[in-house]
Amino acid sequence: MDRVERPLSPHLQIYRPQITSVLSIVHRATGVTLSLGVLLLAYWLIAAASGEQAYDQAQQLLSGGWLKILYAGLAFCFFYHLANGVRHLIWDLGLGLEPEQYQASGWAVIVFAAAATAAYSLLVIV
Amino acid sequence: MSVVSPLNRVLGLGSAKDGVEHWWAQRLTAVALLPLGLWLVAASIGLDDFGYASVVEWMQAPMNSVLLLLTMLALTYHSALGVQMVIEDYVGAKGLKIALLMLITFAHLAVAVTGVFAILKVAFGAAA
Repeated sequence: MDRVERPLSPHLQIYRPQITSVLSIVHRATGVTLSLGVLLLAYWLIAAASGEQAYDQAQQLLSGGWLKILYAGLAFCFFYHLANGVRHLIWDLGLGLEPEQYQASGWAVIVFAAAATAAYSLLVIV
Repeated sequence: MSVVSPLNRVLGLGSAKDGVEHWWAQRLTAVALLPLGLWLVAASIGLDDFGYASVVEWMQAPMNSVLLLLTMLALTYHSALGVQMVIEDYVGAKGLKIALLMLITFAHLAVAVTGVFAILKVAFGAAA
């Protein structure tokens, strides 16, 4: 049987982005990015387990100046995913589900992630 | 109108009492990663430098070894569950989806074993 080309229901490109939908997709994006960060962490750990020479080589590879942007990005992913994860856990308790509440908590997550990333970048990365 | 199928109503079995494992494990590891993740970040702030000697000395402190192991396990488990969900939601082609699900499962297991082995090797190794 031939497929009928029916109109599809309005999708992503037609909906106005809202704080709920944007923060939700960013939660997934930061999560996937952090998964790659775990790969980096494992590489760093195995380098430390492979002796001083191997570690120094890895450290040289990992401490390039432009990589600082990557680490700041990973820091943002971490703080964002952490804060928004707490937001999700609170929703799981059935709390904070009123529109003004999830909008306020959404903005709180954005502000926290930005501030924590800035602080961490200044303390450790730069 | 009941949503229970006629067969189920006759058998009287109710729900299978499972199906929430994925959801529950994701929450469990999320809650575990709150303190563990913050600890790892705090540790990276506390470390004087990232040179071999100071990193190995830090990793060899028993409490740090244990917390690192827990963090690595919770991270890889949580990550595997999350990436699995993303693949299931966004990859349509069945063959590709199954191949990717296998790949990310193997990859997460490999990363977990690599991390755990590295932590233990440093922990039980001679002092730097």
